Amino acid sequence: MDGPVVETHALEKRYGDTHALRGVDLRVEPGTIFGLLGPNGAGKTTAVRILTTLLRPDAGSARVAGLDVVEDANRLRERIGLAGQYAAVDENLTGFENLEMVGRLYHLGRRHSRERSRGLLGQFDLADAGDRLVRTYSGGMRRRLDLAAALVARPPVLFLDEPTTGLDIRSRRALWDAIEALVAEGTTVLLTTQYLDEADHLAGRIAVIDHGLLIAEGTPDELKLQVGGDRLEVRLCSRDDNAAARDALAAVGDGRVEGEDGAVRVAIRERTGTIAEAVRRLDERGIAIDDIAVRTPTLDDVFLTLTGHHAEEEAEEAVER
Amino acid sequence: MSGLGYALSDTVVLAKRSLLRIPRQPDLLLGFTVQPVMFVLLFVYVFGGAIQTPGFDYEDFLIPGILVQSMAFGGFVTALGLAEDLKKGLIDRFRSLPMSRAAVLTGRTTADIATNVIQVAIMLLVGLAVGFRFQTGVPDVIAGIALLLLLGYAFSWVFAFLGLAASSPEASNAYGFIVILPLTFASSAFVPVETMPSWLQTFAEVQPVTTMVDATRALFLGTPAGNDVWGAVVWAFAIILVFGWLSVWRYRRAVGR
Ligand SMILES: Nc1ncnc2c1ncn2[C@@H]1O[C@H](COP(=O)(O)OP(=O)(O)OP(=O)(O)O)[C@@H](O)[C@H]1O
Ligand SMILES: [Mg+2]
Repeated sequence: MDGPVVETHALEKRYGDTHALRGVDLRVEPGTIFGLLGPNGAGKTTAVRILTTLLRPDAGSARVAGLDVVEDANRLRERIGLAGQYAAVDENLTGFENLEMVGRLYHLGRRHSRERSRGLLGQFDLADAGDRLVRTYSGGMRRRLDLAAALVARPPVLFLDEPTTGLDIRSRRALWDAIEALVAEGTTVLLTTQYLDEADHLAGRIAVIDHGLLIAEGTPDELKLQVGGDRLEVRLCSRDDNAAARDALAAVGDGRVEGEDGAVRVAIRERTGTIAEAVRRLDERGIAIDDIAVRTPTLDDVFLTLTGHHAEEEAEEAVER
Repeated sequence: MSGLGYALSDTVVLAKRSLLRIPRQPDLLLGFTVQPVMFVLLFVYVFGGAIQTPGFDYEDFLIPGILVQSMAFGGFVTALGLAEDLKKGLIDRFRSLPMSRAAVLTGRTTADIATNVIQVAIMLLVGLAVGFRFQTGVPDVIAGIALLLLLGYAFSWVFAFLGLAASSPEASNAYGFIVILPLTFASSAFVPVETMPSWLQTFAEVQPVTTMVDATRALFLGTPAGNDVWGAVVWAFAIILVFGWLSVWRYRRAVGR
């Protein structure tokens, strides 16, 4: 298909006094992973629910796979898969029965539903547990079953709301691999996450939202550039050397040097050879180094720069509230 | 397949799901089996001696009434199940699928018919054991059982609405009791309406459960039916229409959590 797979214009949604989305424009190109990144309460789930026809927007419009989410909701449901924020699986059915049911409800037919269910159980490492009741499953197994359920009908567009929340590192990696494999086959994925490293690892493009507003959009590298690119960070053994170190390092980077209390930061253009050069210059002046490293800004830095607060700090506050 | 064909096959898929759950949750099964037996025994042996039912043995008076009560409550699994589906996010999943809008509800209410059949059978057997006797012919008895199942189906739709409207599975249970219990007790199910204070008699005579109980008595015991049988059928269809519409309306707006 040509053109974007997901396209929203000035999307708004209110719940009573809460303005969950305040005019959001998104654009997701076919065959890519798009990450919607934001802290608790940012509006991620609300956006996913509108795009999967569960909620009607109050204003603005959204098209998915070329279909309007309100006008063409029925036809759209045939082309999307959803794995919501909490694993939506029936505890009193087996894993196999859950998937078969979803297959039948996509109208795949009995035989096809069964074959597909067995296949997915194998693919998500649930073959042995497939005939056990889901209420005996661990949280990670439920999550994987939930994702498998979203894939039963091989939908071209997949919505994953915080797919790896609550998973251990191994399961998280496995899920990342599964998502990447789907995209390699041509699926378009929109996923939400609170984890900066997850968006960084998976998504080709990222939209950062906070309090219902889009505050940044771009590739992970573009977002990092907004914060100023790579930096050389040096910790000195003695804070008395601060001024001398700044002089020595001014020529290493692009001239922007800052530092106090024995920690000096230099904005650099080129990573290669920087550390060696810096060590040589400091050595020449007899300045002792405690620690030296080139640091790439993380998405947390992006968040801090854009919003004035850390993403995960706010997330914790929101949970406490 | 046509839209109606899909609606039917979706209903079958989801009714199967509801029924599979019952043997897997033995505590639910108790509700369908032990509870009705307990009710019959309690009423016959505890209250039976104290309640005067001129013209009837109390067992004969009671069984049609208690059958209607158990049909009125038979749909509680639907309320519970829908409230749980909402909480667990399953309704979100179903609403994102290209399936019939009503099937999640018709699947549940259809499954209730099966459990209601089990309840009617158990209660009739226990009734016969404690002295209840049919006083009509086979066609009337069969019509009476069919009427009971129709009434049970109608009440399932009330529960469907309550399950979707309630904020939690526990709340849906409470709503069920608050709505259904007064209807069944302030009716002709357990005591003759004439023994109630006059304001309560007025209520008991206009509300549907009295009509339903009187219709069942007419079909099982041969009491004068008047318009009760048709009245009960009309009530059942009215309840299905109103609560069916309300439930689907609510379902379309339902979101998880
Ligand atoms: N059904 C609802 N009724 C009232 N307010 C709601 C409802 N759903 C969400 N909200 C509010 O809308 C805002 C956005 O919620 P949303 O669930 O979209 O956030 P989110 O980014 O998914 O957060 P999280 O990371 O916690 O899942 C929040 O302030 C939330 O409290
Ligand atoms: Mg969310």
